[in-house]
Amino acid sequence: MTPVALASHATLDVEAIRRDFPLLQRHVHGRPLVYLDNAATTQKPQQVIDRLVRFYSSENANIHRGVHLLSVEATDAYDHARERVRQFLHAAEAREIVFVRGATEGINLVASTFGRAHVGPGDEIVISEMEHHSNIVPWQRLCEAKGARLRVIPITDEGELQLEAYETLLGSRTRLVAVTHVSNALGTVNPVAAIVQMAHARGIPVLVDGAQAVAHMPVDVQAIGCDFYVFSGHKLFGPTGVGVLFGRAALLEAMPPYQGGGDMIRSVAFDETTYNEIPYKFEAGTPNIAGVVGLAAAIEYLTALGFDRVQAYEHSLLVHGTAALQEIDGLRLTGTASRKAGILAFVVDGIHPHDLGTILDRDGIAIRAGHHCCQPLMTRLGVPATARASLALYNTKQEIDALVTSLRGAQAVFA
Amino acid sequence: MSAELQDLYQEVILDHNRQPRNFRVLEGGRKAEGANPLCGDRLTVYVRIENDVIADVGFRGAGCAISKASASLMTESVKGKSVADANALFARFQQMITAPQDGPVEPLGKLTALAGVRQFPVRVKCASLAWHTLHAAIATPDEVVSTE
Repeated sequence: MTPVALASHATLDVEAIRRDFPLLQRHVHGRPLVYLDNAATTQKPQQVIDRLVRFYSSENANIHRGVHLLSVEATDAYDHARERVRQFLHAAEAREIVFVRGATEGINLVASTFGRAHVGPGDEIVISEMEHHSNIVPWQRLCEAKGARLRVIPITDEGELQLEAYETLLGSRTRLVAVTHVSNALGTVNPVAAIVQMAHARGIPVLVDGAQAVAHMPVDVQAIGCDFYVFSGHKLFGPTGVGVLFGRAALLEAMPPYQGGGDMIRSVAFDETTYNEIPYKFEAGTPNIAGVVGLAAAIEYLTALGFDRVQAYEHSLLVHGTAALQEIDGLRLTGTASRKAGILAFVVDGIHPHDLGTILDRDGIAIRAGHHCCQPLMTRLGVPATARASLALYNTKQEIDALVTSLRGAQAVFA
Repeated sequence: MSAELQDLYQEVILDHNRQPRNFRVLEGGRKAEGANPLCGDRLTVYVRIENDVIADVGFRGAGCAISKASASLMTESVKGKSVADANALFARFQQMITAPQDGPVEPLGKLTALAGVRQFPVRVKCASLAWHTLHAAIATPDEVVSTE
Protein backbone atom coordinates (compact mmCIF):
# COMPACT_ATOMS: atom_id res chain seq x y z
CA MET A 1 0.00 0.00 0.00
CA THR A 2 3.03 2.27 -0.37
CA PRO A 3 2.18 5.18 -2.64
CA VAL A 4 4.11 5.09 -5.86
CA ALA A 5 4.57 8.81 -5.38
CA LEU A 6 6.94 8.33 -2.45
CA ALA A 7 9.96 10.37 -3.41
CA SER A 8 13.43 9.79 -2.09
CA HIS A 9 14.25 13.45 -1.60
CA ALA A 10 12.88 15.83 0.95
CA THR A 11 10.22 17.50 -1.18
CA LEU A 12 6.91 16.16 -2.35
CA ASP A 13 6.90 14.72 -5.87
CA VAL A 14 3.61 16.33 -6.81
CA GLU A 15 3.58 15.17 -10.42
CA ALA A 16 3.86 11.57 -9.24
CA ILE A 17 1.17 12.15 -6.61
CA ARG A 18 -1.16 13.56 -9.25
CA ARG A 19 -0.80 10.34 -11.24
CA ASP A 20 -2.15 8.47 -8.20
CA PHE A 21 -5.44 10.36 -8.47
CA PRO A 22 -7.31 9.24 -11.62
CA LEU A 23 -9.96 11.95 -11.32
CA LEU A 24 -7.35 14.69 -11.65
CA GLN A 25 -6.83 13.59 -15.25
CA ARG A 26 -10.38 14.66 -16.12
CA HIS A 27 -11.36 17.52 -18.36
CA VAL A 28 -14.27 19.83 -17.52
CA HIS A 29 -15.97 21.92 -20.22
CA GLY A 30 -13.07 20.91 -22.47
CA ARG A 31 -10.44 22.26 -20.07
CA PRO A 32 -8.11 20.32 -17.76
CA LEU A 33 -9.72 20.11 -14.32
CA VAL A 34 -8.30 22.42 -11.66
CA TYR A 35 -9.81 21.02 -8.49
CA LEU A 36 -9.77 23.61 -5.71
CA ASP A 37 -12.74 22.39 -3.66
CA ASN A 38 -10.86 20.10 -1.32
CA ALA A 39 -12.45 21.45 1.83
CA ALA A 40 -15.75 20.11 0.47
CA THR A 41 -14.28 16.74 -0.38
CA THR A 42 -10.93 15.42 -1.57
CA GLN A 43 -10.31 13.17 -4.56
CA LYS A 44 -9.25 9.56 -4.01
CA PRO A 45 -5.94 7.93 -4.87
CA GLN A 46 -5.97 4.67 -6.85
CA GLN A 47 -4.66 2.93 -3.70
CA VAL A 48 -7.92 3.70 -1.87
CA ILE A 49 -10.10 2.83 -4.87
CA ASP A 50 -8.24 -0.46 -5.28
CA ARG A 51 -8.66 -1.25 -1.60
CA LEU A 52 -12.44 -0.85 -1.87
CA VAL A 53 -12.54 -3.01 -4.99
CA ARG A 54 -10.42 -5.68 -3.30
CA PHE A 55 -12.64 -5.69 -0.21
CA TYR A 56 -15.83 -6.13 -2.20
CA SER A 57 -14.22 -8.52 -4.73
CA SER A 58 -12.64 -10.97 -2.34
CA GLU A 59 -13.10 -10.10 1.35
CA ASN A 60 -16.69 -8.97 1.90
CA ALA A 61 -18.44 -10.44 4.97
CA ASN A 62 -20.11 -9.09 8.08
CA ILE A 63 -17.97 -8.55 11.15
CA HIS A 64 -18.17 -9.76 14.75
CA ARG A 65 -20.63 -12.44 13.67
CA GLY A 66 -19.70 -15.55 11.81
CA VAL A 67 -17.26 -18.30 12.67
CA HIS A 68 -16.45 -18.63 9.00
CA LEU A 69 -13.14 -17.52 7.56
CA LEU A 70 -14.44 -14.55 5.58
CA SER A 71 -16.08 -13.04 8.63
CA VAL A 72 -12.91 -13.53 10.64
CA GLU A 73 -10.87 -11.81 7.93
CA ALA A 74 -13.33 -8.91 7.61
CA THR A 75 -13.31 -8.49 11.39
CA ASP A 76 -9.51 -8.48 11.36
CA ALA A 77 -9.43 -5.84 8.62
CA TYR A 78 -11.93 -3.71 10.55
CA ASP A 79 -9.98 -4.03 13.81
CA HIS A 80 -6.74 -3.30 11.99
CA ALA A 81 -8.29 -0.10 10.62
CA ARG A 82 -9.25 0.96 14.14
CA GLU A 83 -5.68 0.46 15.29
CA ARG A 84 -4.45 2.41 12.24
CA VAL A 85 -6.70 5.34 13.18
CA ARG A 86 -5.50 5.15 16.77
CA GLN A 87 -1.90 5.55 15.59
CA PHE A 88 -2.93 8.34 13.23
CA LEU A 89 -4.51 10.37 16.05
CA HIS A 90 -1.96 9.21 18.64
CA ALA A 91 -4.77 8.05 20.90
CA ALA A 92 -3.82 5.96 23.93
CA GLU A 93 -6.12 3.03 23.16
CA ALA A 94 -7.91 1.63 20.11
CA ARG A 95 -11.18 1.37 22.08
CA GLU A 96 -11.22 5.19 22.15
CA ILE A 97 -11.85 5.18 18.37
CA VAL A 98 -15.53 5.00 17.37
CA PHE A 99 -16.44 4.66 13.70
CA VAL A 100 -19.28 6.92 12.59
CA ARG A 101 -20.61 8.25 9.26
CA GLY A 102 -18.56 11.44 9.42
CA ALA A 103 -17.61 14.41 11.59
CA THR A 104 -21.26 15.51 11.67
CA GLU A 105 -22.41 12.23 13.16
CA GLY A 106 -19.51 12.27 15.61
CA ILE A 107 -20.62 15.65 16.96
CA ASN A 108 -24.27 14.57 17.06
CA LEU A 109 -23.27 11.44 18.95
CA VAL A 110 -21.53 13.46 21.65
CA ALA A 111 -24.32 16.06 21.78
CA SER A 112 -26.98 13.43 22.27
CA THR A 113 -25.20 11.01 24.62
CA PHE A 114 -22.79 13.18 26.60
CA GLY A 115 -25.48 15.85 26.51
CA ARG A 116 -28.15 13.52 27.82
CA ALA A 117 -25.93 12.47 30.73
CA HIS A 118 -24.27 15.75 31.70
CA VAL A 119 -26.23 18.79 30.50
CA GLY A 120 -29.21 20.24 32.38
CA PRO A 121 -31.26 23.43 32.72
CA GLY A 122 -29.12 26.55 33.06
CA ASP A 123 -25.96 24.78 31.89
CA GLU A 124 -23.84 26.21 29.09
CA ILE A 125 -22.11 24.92 25.97
CA VAL A 126 -19.35 27.10 24.50
CA ILE A 127 -18.77 27.14 20.73
CA SER A 128 -17.19 29.76 18.44
CA GLU A 129 -18.35 32.25 15.85
CA MET A 130 -16.44 30.42 13.10
CA GLU A 131 -18.10 27.02 13.52
CA HIS A 132 -19.59 25.01 10.67
CA HIS A 133 -23.34 24.46 11.03
CA SER A 134 -22.55 20.88 12.05
CA ASN A 135 -20.82 22.20 15.18
CA ILE A 136 -23.65 24.65 15.94
CA VAL A 137 -26.97 22.95 15.30
CA PRO A 138 -26.44 19.76 17.39
CA TRP A 139 -25.60 21.98 20.40
CA GLN A 140 -28.55 24.27 19.72
CA ARG A 141 -30.85 21.27 19.68
CA LEU A 142 -29.31 19.98 22.90
CA CYS A 143 -29.71 23.38 24.56
CA GLU A 144 -33.35 23.59 23.44
CA ALA A 145 -34.10 20.12 24.77
CA LYS A 146 -32.36 20.72 28.09
CA GLY A 147 -33.01 24.40 28.75
CA ALA A 148 -29.28 25.03 28.45
CA ARG A 149 -27.57 28.03 26.86
CA LEU A 150 -25.19 28.37 23.92
CA ARG A 151 -22.27 30.79 24.45
CA VAL A 152 -20.22 31.95 21.46
CA ILE A 153 -16.51 32.85 21.35
CA PRO A 154 -16.13 35.98 19.17
CA ILE A 155 -13.50 36.28 16.44
CA THR A 156 -11.28 39.15 15.30
CA ASP A 157 -11.55 40.79 11.87
CA GLU A 158 -8.60 38.65 10.78
CA GLY A 159 -10.54 35.53 11.67
CA GLU A 160 -8.84 34.47 14.90
CA LEU A 161 -10.56 33.43 18.11
CA GLN A 162 -10.54 36.05 20.86
CA LEU A 163 -8.99 33.98 23.61
CA GLU A 164 -9.50 36.54 26.37
CA ALA A 165 -13.20 36.65 25.62
CA TYR A 166 -13.18 32.86 25.50
CA GLU A 167 -11.77 32.63 28.97
CA THR A 168 -14.48 34.89 30.39
CA LEU A 169 -17.14 32.59 28.89
CA LEU A 170 -15.89 29.64 30.91
CA GLY A 171 -17.81 29.34 34.15
CA SER A 172 -19.28 26.99 36.69
CA ARG A 173 -22.19 26.20 34.34
CA THR A 174 -20.02 25.37 31.31
CA ARG A 175 -20.42 21.68 30.54
CA LEU A 176 -18.50 21.44 27.27
CA VAL A 177 -16.44 23.48 24.81
CA ALA A 178 -16.77 22.57 21.11
CA VAL A 179 -14.44 24.31 18.64
CA THR A 180 -13.04 23.66 15.21
CA HIS A 181 -9.36 22.82 14.75
CA VAL A 182 -9.22 24.51 11.33
CA SER A 183 -11.97 26.80 9.99
CA ASN A 184 -13.50 25.55 6.74
CA ALA A 185 -14.39 29.08 5.66
CA LEU A 186 -11.32 31.03 6.82
CA GLY A 187 -8.51 28.49 7.06
CA THR A 188 -7.62 29.67 10.55
CA VAL A 189 -5.72 27.09 12.59
CA ASN A 190 -6.99 27.50 16.13
CA PRO A 191 -4.69 27.12 19.16
CA VAL A 192 -6.61 24.06 20.31
CA ALA A 193 -4.08 22.96 22.94
CA ALA A 194 -4.34 26.36 24.68
CA ILE A 195 -8.14 26.25 24.38
CA VAL A 196 -8.19 22.83 26.01
CA GLN A 197 -5.81 23.94 28.74
CA MET A 198 -8.03 26.86 29.74
CA ALA A 199 -11.11 24.63 29.83
CA HIS A 200 -9.37 21.82 31.70
CA ALA A 201 -8.18 24.28 34.34
CA ARG A 202 -11.89 24.51 35.20
CA GLY A 203 -12.62 20.82 34.72
CA ILE A 204 -14.49 21.38 31.43
CA PRO A 205 -14.14 18.81 28.63
CA VAL A 206 -13.43 19.91 25.05
CA LEU A 207 -14.53 18.57 21.65
CA VAL A 208 -12.39 19.49 18.65
CA ASP A 209 -13.82 19.32 15.11
CA GLY A 210 -10.91 18.11 12.99
CA ALA A 211 -12.74 17.79 9.66
CA GLN A 212 -10.52 20.43 8.00
CA ALA A 213 -7.31 19.59 9.88
CA VAL A 214 -6.54 15.91 9.33
CA ALA A 215 -5.53 16.16 5.66
CA HIS A 216 -3.14 19.02 6.34
CA MET A 217 -1.28 18.42 9.61
CA PRO A 218 -0.37 15.66 12.03
CA VAL A 219 -2.89 15.39 14.85
CA ASP A 220 -1.95 14.20 18.32
CA VAL A 221 -5.02 14.11 20.52
CA GLN A 222 -2.90 13.51 23.61
CA ALA A 223 -0.72 16.55 22.89
CA ILE A 224 -3.82 18.65 22.20
CA GLY A 225 -5.33 17.17 25.33
CA CYS A 226 -8.87 17.21 23.95
CA ASP A 227 -11.55 14.87 25.22
CA PHE A 228 -13.27 14.35 21.87
CA TYR A 229 -11.97 14.72 18.31
CA VAL A 230 -13.99 14.11 15.15
CA PHE A 231 -13.14 13.90 11.46
CA SER A 232 -14.55 12.63 8.15
CA GLY A 233 -12.83 10.09 5.91
CA HIS A 234 -13.79 11.75 2.63
CA LYS A 235 -11.86 14.94 3.42
CA LEU A 236 -8.76 12.78 3.95
CA PHE A 237 -8.69 11.08 0.51
CA GLY A 238 -10.89 8.27 1.86
CA PRO A 239 -14.43 7.14 1.03
CA THR A 240 -17.59 9.08 1.87
CA GLY A 241 -19.87 7.82 4.63
CA VAL A 242 -17.17 6.99 7.15
CA GLY A 243 -15.66 9.08 9.90
CA VAL A 244 -14.16 8.89 13.35
CA LEU A 245 -15.02 9.99 16.84
CA PHE A 246 -12.15 9.83 19.29
CA GLY A 247 -13.26 10.02 22.90
CA ARG A 248 -11.30 9.52 26.09
CA ALA A 249 -12.16 6.07 27.44
CA ALA A 250 -13.40 7.27 30.83
CA LEU A 251 -15.82 9.72 29.18
CA LEU A 252 -17.05 7.23 26.57
CA GLU A 253 -17.66 4.65 29.29
CA ALA A 254 -19.77 7.09 31.29
CA MET A 255 -21.91 8.02 28.28
CA PRO A 256 -25.16 6.23 27.43
CA PRO A 257 -25.32 4.44 24.05
CA TYR A 258 -26.19 6.39 20.90
CA GLN A 259 -28.35 4.11 18.78
CA GLY A 260 -29.80 0.74 19.74
CA GLY A 261 -29.29 -2.39 17.69
CA GLY A 262 -26.97 -5.26 16.97
CA ASP A 263 -23.31 -5.21 18.06
CA MET A 264 -23.88 -2.57 20.75
CA ILE A 265 -25.36 -5.02 23.25
CA ARG A 266 -23.94 -7.72 25.45
CA SER A 267 -27.24 -9.46 26.10
CA VAL A 268 -30.84 -8.66 25.35
CA ALA A 269 -33.90 -9.84 27.23
CA PHE A 270 -37.27 -8.15 27.14
CA ASP A 271 -36.88 -6.92 30.71
CA GLU A 272 -33.24 -5.84 30.51
CA THR A 273 -30.49 -5.22 28.01
CA THR A 274 -26.84 -4.89 28.98
CA TYR A 275 -24.63 -2.88 26.69
CA ASN A 276 -21.39 -3.89 25.08
CA GLU A 277 -18.09 -2.29 26.05
CA ILE A 278 -16.66 0.73 24.23
CA PRO A 279 -16.32 1.35 21.34
CA TYR A 280 -18.92 -1.26 20.29
CA LYS A 281 -21.53 0.37 22.53
CA PHE A 282 -21.60 3.25 20.01
CA GLU A 283 -21.52 1.16 16.83
CA ALA A 284 -25.02 -0.24 16.52
CA GLY A 285 -25.80 -2.22 13.39
CA THR A 286 -23.54 -3.31 10.58
CA PRO A 287 -21.04 -0.48 10.11
CA ASN A 288 -19.57 0.84 6.86
CA ILE A 289 -16.98 -1.95 6.80
CA ALA A 290 -15.64 -1.23 3.31
CA GLY A 291 -15.53 2.48 4.15
CA VAL A 292 -13.52 1.83 7.31
CA VAL A 293 -11.08 -0.39 5.42
CA GLY A 294 -10.82 2.28 2.69
CA LEU A 295 -10.22 4.96 5.32
CA ALA A 296 -7.30 2.95 6.68
CA ALA A 297 -5.87 2.79 3.14
CA ALA A 298 -6.21 6.57 2.83
CA ILE A 299 -4.39 7.07 6.12
CA GLU A 300 -1.63 4.73 4.93
CA TYR A 301 -1.33 6.76 1.73
CA LEU A 302 -1.16 10.11 3.46
CA THR A 303 1.19 9.14 6.26
CA ALA A 304 3.57 7.40 3.85
CA LEU A 305 4.01 10.72 2.04
CA GLY A 306 5.13 12.28 5.32
CA PHE A 307 3.36 15.15 7.02
CA ASP A 308 6.55 17.23 7.18
CA ARG A 309 6.71 17.33 3.41
CA VAL A 310 2.96 17.72 2.98
CA GLN A 311 2.85 20.67 5.34
CA ALA A 312 5.89 22.37 3.85
CA TYR A 313 4.49 21.97 0.35
CA GLU A 314 0.97 23.13 1.21
CA HIS A 315 2.40 26.11 3.06
CA SER A 316 4.30 27.12 -0.08
CA LEU A 317 1.06 26.87 -2.07
CA LEU A 318 -0.78 29.01 0.47
CA VAL A 319 1.94 31.66 0.46
CA HIS A 320 2.00 31.71 -3.34
CA GLY A 321 -1.80 31.86 -3.53
CA THR A 322 -2.12 34.59 -0.92
CA ALA A 323 0.39 36.80 -2.73
CA ALA A 324 -1.10 36.13 -6.18
CA LEU A 325 -4.65 36.84 -5.07
CA GLN A 326 -3.68 40.00 -3.23
CA GLU A 327 -2.33 41.39 -6.48
CA ILE A 328 -5.84 41.41 -7.93
CA ASP A 329 -7.45 44.85 -7.60
CA GLY A 330 -10.78 44.74 -5.80
CA LEU A 331 -10.15 41.32 -4.27
CA ARG A 332 -10.26 41.00 -0.51
CA LEU A 333 -9.18 37.85 1.34
CA THR A 334 -11.55 36.78 4.10
CA GLY A 335 -9.48 35.07 6.75
CA THR A 336 -6.00 36.44 7.26
CA ALA A 337 -5.05 34.70 10.49
CA SER A 338 -1.37 34.30 11.27
CA ARG A 339 -1.73 30.50 11.22
CA LYS A 340 -3.72 29.15 8.30
CA ALA A 341 -4.11 25.86 6.46
CA GLY A 342 -5.51 25.01 3.07
CA ILE A 343 -8.03 27.80 2.51
CA LEU A 344 -8.01 30.88 0.27
CA ALA A 345 -11.39 32.56 0.72
CA PHE A 346 -12.18 35.93 -0.82
CA VAL A 347 -14.70 38.39 -2.17
CA VAL A 348 -14.33 40.47 -5.34
CA ASP A 349 -15.84 43.94 -5.68
CA GLY A 350 -18.92 44.00 -7.87
CA ILE A 351 -19.00 40.26 -8.57
CA HIS A 352 -21.08 37.91 -6.47
CA PRO A 353 -19.19 34.70 -5.52
CA HIS A 354 -21.85 32.63 -7.27
CA ASP A 355 -21.10 34.37 -10.58
CA LEU A 356 -17.38 33.82 -9.99
CA GLY A 357 -18.09 30.13 -9.43
CA THR A 358 -19.94 29.82 -12.74
CA ILE A 359 -17.28 31.67 -14.75
CA LEU A 360 -14.40 29.73 -13.14
CA ASP A 361 -16.21 26.44 -13.76
CA ARG A 362 -16.20 27.15 -17.50
CA ASP A 363 -12.42 27.42 -17.26
CA GLY A 364 -12.35 23.99 -15.62
CA ILE A 365 -11.74 25.45 -12.15
CA ALA A 366 -13.80 24.01 -9.29
CA ILE A 367 -14.20 26.29 -6.28
CA ARG A 368 -16.96 26.72 -3.72
CA ALA A 369 -19.14 29.81 -3.64
CA GLY A 370 -21.61 30.43 -0.88
CA HIS A 371 -21.87 30.59 2.89
CA HIS A 372 -19.89 27.36 3.42
CA CYS A 373 -22.41 26.17 6.02
CA CYS A 374 -21.22 29.06 8.21
CA GLN A 375 -24.06 31.56 8.07
CA PRO A 376 -23.29 33.13 11.48
CA LEU A 377 -19.69 33.65 10.34
CA MET A 378 -20.84 35.30 7.09
CA THR A 379 -22.98 37.65 9.18
CA ARG A 380 -19.91 38.45 11.30
CA LEU A 381 -17.85 39.14 8.17
CA GLY A 382 -20.65 41.29 6.78
CA VAL A 383 -20.87 39.39 3.47
CA PRO A 384 -23.69 37.19 2.12
CA ALA A 385 -21.20 34.72 0.71
CA THR A 386 -17.55 34.24 -0.21
CA ALA A 387 -15.63 32.37 -2.89
CA ARG A 388 -13.31 29.70 -1.58
CA ALA A 389 -10.39 27.91 -3.17
CA SER A 390 -9.32 25.07 -0.90
CA LEU A 391 -6.06 23.22 -1.38
CA ALA A 392 -4.81 19.68 -1.12
CA LEU A 393 -1.37 18.16 -1.45
CA TYR A 394 -1.92 17.45 -5.18
CA ASN A 395 -2.55 21.07 -6.17
CA THR A 396 0.13 23.10 -7.92
CA LYS A 397 1.24 26.71 -8.23
CA GLN A 398 0.25 26.51 -11.90
CA GLU A 399 -3.30 25.71 -10.82
CA ILE A 400 -3.37 28.72 -8.53
CA ASP A 401 -2.08 30.85 -11.40
CA ALA A 402 -4.92 29.47 -13.55
CA LEU A 403 -7.33 30.56 -10.81
CA VAL A 404 -5.87 34.07 -10.84
CA THR A 405 -6.08 34.30 -14.64
CA SER A 406 -9.70 33.14 -14.59
CA LEU A 407 -10.57 35.65 -11.84
CA ARG A 408 -9.12 38.45 -13.97
CA GLY A 409 -11.26 37.13 -16.84
CA ALA A 410 -14.35 37.36 -14.64
CA GLN A 411 -13.43 40.94 -13.77
CA ALA A 412 -13.17 41.75 -17.47
CA VAL A 413 -16.71 40.39 -18.00
CA PHE A 414 -18.10 42.49 -15.16
CA ALA A 415 -15.99 45.59 -15.84
CA MET B 1 -14.83 33.35 -22.75
CA SER B 2 -17.11 30.55 -23.94
CA ALA B 3 -20.22 31.23 -26.04
CA GLU B 4 -22.43 29.95 -23.19
CA LEU B 5 -20.91 32.44 -20.75
CA GLN B 6 -21.31 35.29 -23.23
CA ASP B 7 -24.93 34.26 -23.61
CA LEU B 8 -25.44 34.18 -19.83
CA TYR B 9 -23.63 37.37 -18.93
CA GLN B 10 -24.81 39.50 -21.84
CA GLU B 11 -24.80 43.27 -21.62
CA VAL B 12 -28.49 43.57 -20.63
CA ILE B 13 -27.90 41.30 -17.62
CA LEU B 14 -24.72 43.09 -16.54
CA ASP B 15 -26.48 46.45 -16.89
CA HIS B 16 -29.45 45.40 -14.75
CA ASN B 17 -27.02 43.91 -12.22
CA ARG B 18 -25.08 47.18 -11.98
CA GLN B 19 -28.15 49.39 -12.00
CA PRO B 20 -31.19 47.39 -10.99
CA ARG B 21 -34.51 49.04 -11.91
CA ASN B 22 -37.27 49.54 -9.32
CA PHE B 23 -34.69 48.77 -6.63
CA ARG B 24 -36.74 50.29 -3.84
CA VAL B 25 -39.06 49.65 -0.95
CA LEU B 26 -42.73 50.21 -1.68
CA GLU B 27 -44.81 51.46 1.23
CA GLY B 28 -48.39 50.40 1.72
CA GLY B 29 -48.39 47.37 -0.56
CA ARG B 30 -47.81 43.70 -0.13
CA LYS B 31 -44.40 42.11 0.20
CA ALA B 32 -42.70 38.75 0.42
CA GLU B 33 -39.18 37.62 1.17
CA GLY B 34 -37.37 35.12 -1.02
CA ALA B 35 -34.23 33.18 -0.16
CA ASN B 36 -31.92 30.87 -2.03
CA PRO B 37 -30.18 28.88 0.73
CA LEU B 38 -27.64 27.48 -1.73
CA CYS B 39 -25.89 30.82 -2.19
CA GLY B 40 -27.40 32.90 0.59
CA ASP B 41 -29.29 35.21 -1.78
CA ARG B 42 -32.14 37.08 -0.12
CA LEU B 43 -34.53 39.54 -1.66
CA THR B 44 -37.80 41.21 -0.80
CA VAL B 45 -40.39 41.91 -3.49
CA TYR B 46 -42.91 44.69 -2.90
CA VAL B 47 -46.07 44.93 -4.96
CA ARG B 48 -49.10 47.22 -5.01
CA ILE B 49 -52.18 45.81 -6.67
CA GLU B 50 -55.08 48.00 -7.76
CA ASN B 51 -58.17 46.48 -9.40
CA ASP B 52 -56.29 43.26 -10.04
CA VAL B 53 -53.54 45.12 -11.86
CA ILE B 54 -49.91 45.38 -10.68
CA ALA B 55 -49.84 49.15 -10.19
CA ASP B 56 -46.30 49.22 -8.82
CA VAL B 57 -43.58 46.74 -7.99
CA GLY B 58 -40.10 47.00 -6.46
CA PHE B 59 -37.44 44.87 -4.82
CA ARG B 60 -34.48 45.08 -2.45
CA GLY B 61 -31.86 42.59 -1.46
CA ALA B 62 -28.48 41.08 -2.26
CA GLY B 63 -27.69 38.35 -4.71
CA CYS B 64 -25.74 37.21 -7.71
CA ALA B 65 -25.92 39.00 -11.06
CA ILE B 66 -28.48 36.55 -12.41
CA SER B 67 -30.90 36.85 -9.50
CA LYS B 68 -30.55 40.64 -9.34
CA ALA B 69 -30.91 41.18 -13.08
CA SER B 70 -33.82 38.78 -13.21
CA ALA B 71 -35.59 40.63 -10.40
CA SER B 72 -34.96 43.94 -12.12
CA LEU B 73 -36.21 42.73 -15.51
CA MET B 74 -39.21 41.16 -13.83
CA THR B 75 -40.31 44.42 -12.23
CA GLU B 76 -40.12 46.14 -15.60
CA SER B 77 -42.11 43.47 -17.39
CA VAL B 78 -44.95 42.96 -14.92
CA LYS B 79 -45.67 46.58 -14.03
CA GLY B 80 -49.11 47.52 -15.42
CA LYS B 81 -50.04 43.91 -16.15
CA SER B 82 -53.05 42.16 -14.64
CA VAL B 83 -52.24 39.56 -12.00
CA ALA B 84 -53.43 36.83 -14.40
CA ASP B 85 -51.14 38.10 -17.17
CA ALA B 86 -48.20 38.30 -14.77
CA ASN B 87 -48.80 34.72 -13.66
CA ALA B 88 -48.96 33.59 -17.28
CA LEU B 89 -45.69 35.42 -17.98
CA PHE B 90 -44.06 33.67 -15.00
CA ALA B 91 -45.09 30.30 -16.48
CA ARG B 92 -43.61 31.17 -19.88
CA PHE B 93 -40.45 32.53 -18.27
CA GLN B 94 -40.06 29.33 -16.25
CA GLN B 95 -40.49 27.34 -19.47
CA MET B 96 -37.86 29.42 -21.23
CA ILE B 97 -35.14 29.04 -18.57
CA THR B 98 -35.69 25.30 -18.23
CA ALA B 99 -35.98 24.58 -21.97
CA PRO B 100 -33.58 22.04 -23.56
CA GLN B 101 -30.08 23.52 -23.72
CA ASP B 102 -29.68 23.37 -27.50
CA GLY B 103 -33.31 23.85 -28.54
CA PRO B 104 -34.96 27.06 -29.83
CA VAL B 105 -36.24 29.74 -27.47
CA GLU B 106 -39.62 31.40 -27.70
CA PRO B 107 -38.91 35.14 -27.48
CA LEU B 108 -40.21 36.82 -24.35
CA GLY B 109 -39.36 40.49 -24.88
CA LYS B 110 -36.69 41.83 -22.57
CA LEU B 111 -36.84 38.65 -20.54
CA THR B 112 -35.29 36.78 -23.46
CA ALA B 113 -31.95 38.11 -22.18
CA LEU B 114 -32.19 35.43 -19.49
CA ALA B 115 -32.60 32.54 -21.95
CA GLY B 116 -28.89 31.78 -21.51
CA VAL B 117 -29.68 30.46 -18.04
CA ARG B 118 -30.97 27.22 -19.62
CA GLN B 119 -27.32 26.30 -20.36
CA PHE B 120 -26.62 26.49 -16.61
CA PRO B 121 -29.14 24.30 -14.76
CA VAL B 122 -27.69 25.14 -11.33
CA ARG B 123 -28.45 28.82 -11.98
CA VAL B 124 -32.16 28.34 -12.78
CA LYS B 125 -32.99 28.93 -9.12
CA CYS B 126 -31.18 32.29 -9.22
CA ALA B 127 -33.25 33.42 -12.20
CA SER B 128 -36.57 32.27 -10.79
CA LEU B 129 -36.15 33.49 -7.20
CA ALA B 130 -37.71 36.93 -7.79
CA TRP B 131 -40.64 35.42 -9.68
CA HIS B 132 -41.42 32.93 -6.93
CA THR B 133 -41.22 35.76 -4.44
CA LEU B 134 -43.53 37.99 -6.48
CA HIS B 135 -45.96 35.09 -6.72
CA ALA B 136 -45.84 34.69 -2.95
CA ALA B 137 -46.34 38.41 -2.38
CA ILE B 138 -49.44 38.36 -4.53
CA ALA B 139 -50.85 35.09 -3.20
CA THR B 140 -50.01 35.14 0.48
CA PRO B 141 -48.60 38.43 1.73
CA ASP B 142 -45.72 38.55 4.21
CA GLU B 143 -44.42 35.08 3.67
CA VAL B 144 -40.82 33.93 3.26
CA VAL B 145 -40.38 31.71 0.23
CA SER B 146 -37.44 29.54 -0.55
CA THR B 147 -36.25 28.05 -3.82
CA GLU B 148 -35.07 24.92 -2.02
